[in-house]
Amino acid sequence: MPKVKPHRTNPSLDMTPMVDLAFLLVTFFMLTTKFAAEEVVVVDTPSSTSDIKLPESNIIRLLIDKDKRVFFGFESDKAKPLLLEKMAAKYGVTFDAKQQKNFANLNSFGVPVQQLGALLSLNTEQRKKVNQPGIPIDSLNNQIIDWVMEARKANQEAIAKPTFIAIKGDNNADVATVKKVIQILQDKNINRFNLITDLENKPVVSR
Amino acid sequence: MAEIQQNSGGGGKGGKKRAKKMSTRIDMTPMVDLAFLLLTFFILTASFNKPNVMQLTMPVKEKNPEEQSELKASDAFTIVMSENDKLYYYEGLLAADVKPELKVSDYSADGIRKVLLERQRRNPKTVVLIKPSDKSNYKNMVDILDEMNITNQSKYAMVDVSKDDEDLIKSSGL
Repeated sequence: MPKVKPHRTNPSLDMTPMVDLAFLLVTFFMLTTKFAAEEVVVVDTPSSTSDIKLPESNIIRLLIDKDKRVFFGFESDKAKPLLLEKMAAKYGVTFDAKQQKNFANLNSFGVPVQQLGALLSLNTEQRKKVNQPGIPIDSLNNQIIDWVMEARKANQEAIAKPTFIAIKGDNNADVATVKKVIQILQDKNINRFNLITDLENKPVVSR
Repeated sequence: MAEIQQNSGGGGKGGKKRAKKMSTRIDMTPMVDLAFLLLTFFILTASFNKPNVMQLTMPVKEKNPEEQSELKASDAFTIVMSENDKLYYYEGLLAADVKPELKVSDYSADGIRKVLLERQRRNPKTVVLIKPSDKSNYKNMVDILDEMNITNQSKYAMVDVSKDDEDLIKSSGL
């Protein structure tokens, strides 16, 4: 019997297809990644063991910071211009083309709708310096509920999708404000909320 | 790399030297390393920047209160959230003639969690009433809701602190 000679192969293999794939994926992820936009205020969220992820879009984001201020953010590219239009009509204010464009890029804000135009006219750098007073939530001048309701309507009209309400509160935000915001929304029959938290390991519970 | 340096060193002589035939294949390893590094980075950032959420469903407002069932005092367990990460709890319901024993605890693993688990063993039908007072902060609220998840307490409700609760805390002196 002849000795079986092992077939010698070249140890260097052709990496080209792998590199192609790797770069394809790099390009894909680079283009799809959205970096977290800067928030108007620093909100240090508490942690919880919940591991449910927040959906990508159609989110109404309510920020509550430690100074009892409420900020509003809306993540839905298509419905955002419609929301501004509706709010402008409701409060009798007008926004010019530049302000409307800036609103589409605005992450969240905390000024009464009457001052929103002035805020939108500023550029990004100037806007950071503005000390935003928060959106009024008193019963006399309750703008937050209008923002939320109009955002829901706008999203329904524009893309016919329901919205999620995410509440992002600071560790030291006071419960009275959070409860008030929840109360306001409950009055309009909104009973489902998502509280944005950090992840924390789930402890083992012995029963 | 070493080859390239040798070549440049020899080029200074100025002699007629035939260009060395270089292999058309280049070493792609560093490029691949970089590509995969970037790939890993983008994959990780893409999935990690999505924040976590805790779902909170508040009870729907009942139009006719007569249809709502009354909570039995034996099933009730009340937690009152107070300032400085402190909380009070008592079993049963507060009434004019019944003053349940008030105890103090905290949000640690040995605090309210043990109490809740022990209570669940005794009465699996326990309904927890969470009463966040205005002195507590949002972190406390998330913590206590998280405790409900950890202990698998399915029935709980967020209610406002009543005047009687405050009086009970005051009179207990805890």
